[in-house]
Amino acid sequence: MDGNRRYTKRWKLMQGAGHKVGYSALMSMLKYCYELGVRNVTIYAFSIDNFKRSPEEVQSLMDLMLDKIEELLREESIVNRYGIRVYFSGNLKLLNEPVRLAAERVMLATAKNSKAVLSICVAYTSTNEIVHAVQESCEEKWDEIALLNSSGGYEPDESDHLIKVTDIEKHMYMAFAPDPDIIIRTSGETRLSNFLLWQSANCYLYSPSVLWPEIGFRQFLWAILNFQRIQFYLDKKRKQS
Amino acid sequence: MLSLRFAIPFTPTKTKPKPGLVVQSGWNQTDLLSSLPRRCESYKLQAATADLTDGRGASVVELPEGLSRELMPKHVAVIMDGNGRWARQKGLPASAGHEAGVKSLREMVELCGEWGIQVLTVFAFSTENWIRPKVEVDFLLSLFERALKTEMDSFRKSGIRISVIGDSSKLPASLLGLINEVEETTKNNTRLQLIVAVSYSGKYDVVQACRSIAERAKEGQIQLEDINESLIEQELETNCTDYPYPDLLIRTSGELRVSNFLLWQLAYTELFFAQELWPDFGKEEFVEALSSYQQRQRRYGGRHS
Repeated sequence: MDGNRRYTKRWKLMQGAGHKVGYSALMSMLKYCYELGVRNVTIYAFSIDNFKRSPEEVQSLMDLMLDKIEELLREESIVNRYGIRVYFSGNLKLLNEPVRLAAERVMLATAKNSKAVLSICVAYTSTNEIVHAVQESCEEKWDEIALLNSSGGYEPDESDHLIKVTDIEKHMYMAFAPDPDIIIRTSGETRLSNFLLWQSANCYLYSPSVLWPEIGFRQFLWAILNFQRIQFYLDKKRKQS
Repeated sequence: MLSLRFAIPFTPTKTKPKPGLVVQSGWNQTDLLSSLPRRCESYKLQAATADLTDGRGASVVELPEGLSRELMPKHVAVIMDGNGRWARQKGLPASAGHEAGVKSLREMVELCGEWGIQVLTVFAFSTENWIRPKVEVDFLLSLFERALKTEMDSFRKSGIRISVIGDSSKLPASLLGLINEVEETTKNNTRLQLIVAVSYSGKYDVVQACRSIAERAKEGQIQLEDINESLIEQELETNCTDYPYPDLLIRTSGELRVSNFLLWQLAYTELFFAQELWPDFGKEEFVEALSSYQQRQRRYGGRHS
């Protein structure tokens, strides 16, 4: 969701206004997604790299997040309207306590929803996610080997004990969701910025030049149409090979 | 801003400076080195130590209109997509497409060397490509073997270092032997490093790094808490270069995806998707990609205040 601050500058708004307009754009986007039957939406709300920004901006973003997370708990919120289960993905220990607690409350409150999923990446980077998954995989293998050792069933040369792609994948913060089909990055920048690197392996990347607060149904529709056209071609190619 | 448009042989060579370049006569080496901006530190070091066996040496080549040497990416990665489609469009067999692709690659290697790009990584063969028809796979591997044999001498002479990354367990023994030989022969070259990804996938790279780390942890060399981004970076196959992270990734043939190439290393890489099929991707198209790259503002999650 790139371009909030540039939007503020362009329209000569007050500091932080871009993020607020960005939030409305997000609500509209989510509605389009769920109305069209998209079951999984993941948003990059706050990167670990963003902690590098000025303390004032970081604090104002945290305050905005707390405010909006609490809004999700209200009766008339979008999550109840569409039966959305909410996940917060990332290194949540890096968040301040109020935000972290609010996030945990929302995850608990929406745990029974099953019509759609919203993953909010906060305090997230893909490399951090992979490091965490690697740590968990190593620990799990160790415990597995220790257990086999103690029961005398461990063969040092067994390739089963080697860590595999699936071991790492099951420990990712995003393990609960399927890989995305489309990644949209606004404001014309064509890079992943440490977002879903692992999961984007075969994903269609769409980078419209519009700033995030300005994004509308038009760009969303274009992404879906292109995706469907490419999918048709890819499926055809797969059948040929 | 100090312009680098002057001939830089730091040691005397037989080449005359090209017409149109400003030659600073009367400058001795120390003046030159101490006045270069800090950002160019690695460039000036490389120029001083480049392999100069054929007199082409480290002389500066005039860049195409609009490109700036200071903003050249250090590491360019390429997904060379479209050989098959190119061949089909011309009514030729897939093998002709791949041969044409090799020509494109040769041109790009030369351009990178001339324009001061330090590392070029190319996605030659993915782990997913093994499912292609056996005839095509065999052809690709033999093409690779042939290319290595014919180019080995020219790599040595033109200061190109070759590194091959990927899962070598599936490659035929003859190819493996040749790869080792080429890597060994060219390991001290410094003009350009060409990294060829064969039987490679970004996920596999992370998995094998993870296995090395698990092994080191098992032997007590490291604790689980020590596992961090830097440790993983050290174990990835791109540890064969000083610049493991591509600044620019080019993918040809209009496909808008990364296809499991260099996942970790692409975290902040600028992506450029070219419409042309790989055999049609030449100097003009490369200039367009570099020009787009040079205009981008890279922030790494922070802000340009």
